[in-house]
Amino acid sequence: MQTFSSNFLNWDVVQTYLPDLLAGMWVTISLAAIILFCGLLGGTGLALVRMARLRLLNAVIIVFVDVVRALPPLMLMVVAYFGLPYLGVRLTGFAVACIVLASVLAAFTEELLWAGLSTVSVGQYEAARSTGLTFLQMMGSVVLPQAFRLIQAPLASRIIATTKNTALASVVAVPELLSQANTAQGYSGNASPLTAASLGYLVILLPMVVAARRLERARGAI
Amino acid sequence: MLAPSAVTQMSGQAPAQVVLRLDGLHKSFGPLVVLRGIDLAVREGEMVFLIGPSGSGKSTLLRCCNRLEEPTSGAVLVEGRDILGPKVDLNQVRRRIGMVFQSFNLYPHMTARQNVTLALCKVARKSKAEADVIARRMLDHVGLSDRIDYYPRALSGGQQQRVAIARTLALEPRIVLFDEPTSALDPELVNGVLGVMRMLRDEGMTMVVVSHEMRFAREAADRIVFMADGEIVEQGTPDAIFGAPRHPRLRDFLSSLGTV
Amino acid sequence: MNDFAANFFNLQILARVWPLLLTGLTTTVLLSIVIVPAGLTIGMLVALLHSFRSYGLRWAMIIYVDLFRAYPPLVLLIYVYYGLPFFGIDTDAFWSVVLALVLNTSAYFAEVFRAGIEGIPSGQVQAARATGLGGLQTMRYVVLPQAIRNMLPDLLSNGLESVKLTSLASVVTLPELLRAARLAQGNTVNATPLIAASLMYLAFLWPLVRLTTRLERRTLSAR
Repeated sequence: MQTFSSNFLNWDVVQTYLPDLLAGMWVTISLAAIILFCGLLGGTGLALVRMARLRLLNAVIIVFVDVVRALPPLMLMVVAYFGLPYLGVRLTGFAVACIVLASVLAAFTEELLWAGLSTVSVGQYEAARSTGLTFLQMMGSVVLPQAFRLIQAPLASRIIATTKNTALASVVAVPELLSQANTAQGYSGNASPLTAASLGYLVILLPMVVAARRLERARGAI
Repeated sequence: MLAPSAVTQMSGQAPAQVVLRLDGLHKSFGPLVVLRGIDLAVREGEMVFLIGPSGSGKSTLLRCCNRLEEPTSGAVLVEGRDILGPKVDLNQVRRRIGMVFQSFNLYPHMTARQNVTLALCKVARKSKAEADVIARRMLDHVGLSDRIDYYPRALSGGQQQRVAIARTLALEPRIVLFDEPTSALDPELVNGVLGVMRMLRDEGMTMVVVSHEMRFAREAADRIVFMADGEIVEQGTPDAIFGAPRHPRLRDFLSSLGTV
Repeated sequence: MNDFAANFFNLQILARVWPLLLTGLTTTVLLSIVIVPAGLTIGMLVALLHSFRSYGLRWAMIIYVDLFRAYPPLVLLIYVYYGLPFFGIDTDAFWSVVLALVLNTSAYFAEVFRAGIEGIPSGQVQAARATGLGGLQTMRYVVLPQAIRNMLPDLLSNGLESVKLTSLASVVTLPELLRAARLAQGNTVNATPLIAASLMYLAFLWPLVRLTTRLERRTLSAR
């Protein structure tokens, strides 16, 4: 047991690397914030574009969304990071992570929102338009709020998954929390930095999971 | 105790056996007291109607009889045996007590026939062949022999309720409890279900019914029990209750219903 | 254009690395075949334990589910991979990956099962119990058949996520498909293996995505 705590719960080791770990946590949080913002906005935009029912554009959106949902995010990041240089495009790991993970979130958001928009009854659209609201007003005040409420549980789940996926950025040389912990673990030969990183992630993610559970309960649905 | 049933008075024979007896039944949900010391005896072949304002505890009383609600205190005796004891095989007891629900509660993933045979096979341990024969007979009895293999969603509300009745009859219970069986039905479908209930009564089934169908109560019941605030306030024959109500609460209740 | 094809769709290179990719694919499939059923089984077990009347048991299950839904799988994987040797458990990377991913997916499946079971109207249970069916019989013949039909889209999408998660194994150098592709890309200095691997993932995951979408839409409108 002494071995266990000195290898996994060693405060001294953690203290040595604490500045790096905290810097990593900050990178993680920045990544998550940017990705969540861009992804949710992008997904909403894609769903709205799809409402225009332009056949070619719709086809492109559907293909994009399907491919991005089918491929593992790590695969997408590796292809972008290691493949794009062959096209003469050299992006930083941070940029790759942002673009890829935001695209994944946008794809899932678009699918969910599209299903939600289709479920909001036609009567809502008709009532709003017949009182003179423009398309954007109708969407903003009447339809989108209802659609989002319908999908809030699976969307919350997706947001949580996206936040967890920021850890994948460590594979493309982004100095976020996991990456820092991994390095620290390598140098010190001690697993405690990983314990600290785990706690760091849980501090961010457990509240989100608990909030999502409360949302599911309120809605009474998955 | 209670006045002898109308059946006894008419036949002049020894009183029929008591199938269900409630002694001092109390039920509280936390601080809320729903049943205050109910004493009731139901004899074989009787049709007892429970009436009363909402919140009087009628449904709770019914559900205590087969322990879908657990009484807080008191005794529930079915065919002379207390079913509240810890050693009671509740599942076998429930074969002797049937229940028909307001919302039918048919299993949507099974046909009418399968709804009826499920308990026959799993609780009464009949073979599939035997169960099928019984199911066919029961569904025929309630007038649905041509819908045996229909799913609930393809049946009207009245038909679904009749399947529910068949499901319960298949187990040959001694007594059937009806919890507002027609309250969820469109008016034109109510008579179909009441017709089946009338038929059961004529065949001698012991029945306890909670319902708002006052005309049916007046015409079909052997005894009417009026409940308010968790107690039995007055009971008697339909003529006595509707024709000469004594207790002021009963009179208020009846006048709020208009003429029957 | 020629350059593009040579860098991304180079058939000669593809021919060379094909065996490597195929081995990678086999490992991915193996991982999936082990992880998904294990996750389903444990998830169902957790959901059943949750449905018992014990307060302590229910809380234990909630903690398990929330913990492993919040824990990033890659972090868990690395933790397990580097941590197990400290316990004297010397096993190959395959089982570290399996352990970490099963913990993760079982939590998600448990939530799906729990919500599915609780979504069945109580009237169904009452009717079944009133005809004398026991607790387990009611679960088996009345509740679960209806619940599973409702849960199918979520079970499918979670299964899909699990298969995608196997790509994380590349980080601990398990030679599954992504790792094979990376190695091949590094060795040949050519992006074709990456494209080939992507197409292989698409080949067996895209149909599942389409299926999930269709089922999800049906469930959403049925509410």
